[in-house]
Amino acid sequence: MEMDLGTTAAIATAMARAATPLALAAVGELVSEKSGVLNLGVEGMMLVGAVSAFAVTATTGNPVLGMVVAMAAGMLMALLFGFLTLGLLANQVATGLALTIFGVGLSAFVGKGFVGTPLPGLPSLDIPFLSDIPLIGPVFFGQDPLVYVSVAIIAAVSWFLNRTRGGLILRAVGENHDAAHAIGHGVIATRYRAVLFGGAMSGLAGAYLSLVYTPMWIENMSAGRGWIALALVVFATWKPWRLLLGAYLFGGVTIAQLHVQGLGVNIPSQLMSMLPYLATILVLVLISRDATRIRLNAPACIGKVFHPER
Amino acid sequence: MNGRSVGFLTLEPRAHASRHWVWGAPLLAVALTLVVGAILFAALGKDPIAALVGFFITPLTSAYGLAELGVKAAPLAMIAVGLAVGFRANVWNIGAEGQLTMGAIMAGGFVLSVNHLSGFWILPLAVVFGALGGALWAAIPAWLKTHFNANEILTSLMLTYVAQLLLNWLVHGPWRDPAGFNFPESEVFSPSATLPILWEGTRLHLGVAIAVIAVLAIWVLLSKSFLGFQIKVMGLAPRAGAYAGFSLRKVVLTVLPLSGALAGMAGFFEVAGPIGQLQPAISPGYGFTAIIVAFLGRLHPVGILFAACFMALTYLGGESVQMFMGLPLAVTGLFQGMILFFLLGADVLIRFRIRIGAPRPGKAA
Repeated sequence: MEMDLGTTAAIATAMARAATPLALAAVGELVSEKSGVLNLGVEGMMLVGAVSAFAVTATTGNPVLGMVVAMAAGMLMALLFGFLTLGLLANQVATGLALTIFGVGLSAFVGKGFVGTPLPGLPSLDIPFLSDIPLIGPVFFGQDPLVYVSVAIIAAVSWFLNRTRGGLILRAVGENHDAAHAIGHGVIATRYRAVLFGGAMSGLAGAYLSLVYTPMWIENMSAGRGWIALALVVFATWKPWRLLLGAYLFGGVTIAQLHVQGLGVNIPSQLMSMLPYLATILVLVLISRDATRIRLNAPACIGKVFHPER
Repeated sequence: MNGRSVGFLTLEPRAHASRHWVWGAPLLAVALTLVVGAILFAALGKDPIAALVGFFITPLTSAYGLAELGVKAAPLAMIAVGLAVGFRANVWNIGAEGQLTMGAIMAGGFVLSVNHLSGFWILPLAVVFGALGGALWAAIPAWLKTHFNANEILTSLMLTYVAQLLLNWLVHGPWRDPAGFNFPESEVFSPSATLPILWEGTRLHLGVAIAVIAVLAIWVLLSKSFLGFQIKVMGLAPRAGAYAGFSLRKVVLTVLPLSGALAGMAGFFEVAGPIGQLQPAISPGYGFTAIIVAFLGRLHPVGILFAACFMALTYLGGESVQMFMGLPLAVTGLFQGMILFFLLGADVLIRFRIRIGAPRPGKAA
């Protein structure tokens, strides 16, 4: 089958749309993990973000307000996680799971009244003239705004972590919290900020799902994307730009399942839908098998409780 | 200075972990959940006392309700006790929901292939297939962890989605009942493959009794066997365990399939008990709720039995307030998440004393 430019552009657009929520949630988790905090509540924060964005947008008609509220809601969830793990020294794995279970329940509860409510999708931010260029025009300049925002955030995070003093402190806190504490850096304060950033990004990723990707509210609509984002952070070996690459790879897998069926290959849709989950397992295995590489790249204090004995 | 401040509170380390708070924390968590629940109900414009009574008491006032408590607590307890064994060894199986589904698929496939036959041998064999399905599905993350260092939290969870999609495909496609008016359901299981009812007029089935036995068997296994000792050591002090010659690999390869087998059995009990056939949704998230049950029961089999009953009550309570007060069923999930939060927060009391005010100078307590 011959693919024309239009089809190629459409595939690229679909790929970007599938990749963006993953990239957003994953970059938030990356920052959190770099500071030494493993937050398994991404899925829950995404769902709460998705439902708040939808509820606010459906009521006020203002998607930007919806996104802001989604980020705030994600941060509130993250604050709860931070209070338990950083304040009350609770186990991070258990608390993260609690955050996800709670988020699933809370979003279903809040979203009850919004099931089946339609919502107009966001307009794409076509950049005039440039988006009219064949192929590269629509691919690079015809996406919805959050696609660009997600790339900008990844660039900003990469710059912050590697080029600024704040990023250096954050990494130090994640590598050795006792040493960072001893030379006077606020371990807990740094981690709170990182966790809150993670919450905001997960909330925004959720907003993308319920406002752009499928403009409606469905219970559990994140369908494991929060967990895939967690796997992406490992896949990227905690490097922001590799994260973007990973997210687009997954975006590709997600839309491949749709297009294979479009090409007339007769595989049941349920089996095709397994692809992103199987791909997640595959990349985890491929990356993790090199234990040394994980050890060298993973923040050394990840998941560890910080309680200075003085 | 001793201790550290959290807002206006100060945490002072205890010299010894408090035994009282180990069991006091879950009770405190339940109490706090009730208080916040009352506030929530009031905010929804319902009489908070009436709503709490409707949620936690009404379901227990009928024989049918009590039997339902058993029906729902059984899978929770059976799965939770398996997960608890893993959590003790620092093995995080989060995919019990998928193992439950796979158990139902394997056992269901066997049952459907002999559905025209009858005999006493069908049921026990189906239970074995269920356990096998769950164990094999859990063996995948175990093997990926021991041989490829892949995080079992993520792989077991991904496999949950895969198992659910597989079940969905089977009941929409190859296993759909040809006489079922195109509904995505398998044939109804024959009487030989259906669990006998223990209490006439209710849905209390044989699987509930087996679940209690399974939980107690795991208790014996944990407290009396060398394996139980190894699991405990590997969880508390992996290095000491390694010096003693215990193999983490062996623990992972035992613990994960064991919890998978229990979840798989629970899955078969669901489809051979209350449901009676395969359909796309066979569990209201038992595999995830069981995580809460495991923690609430302090990773201890007896505690888990109590915790399972309480969490089962949150399912019944959600149905009850939906029916009688028009509240959304999602209240259940909210209560379940809340209780785990309160528990994790209350657990701080085991290791710390909490004082109001700033840290003060002085010796450790």
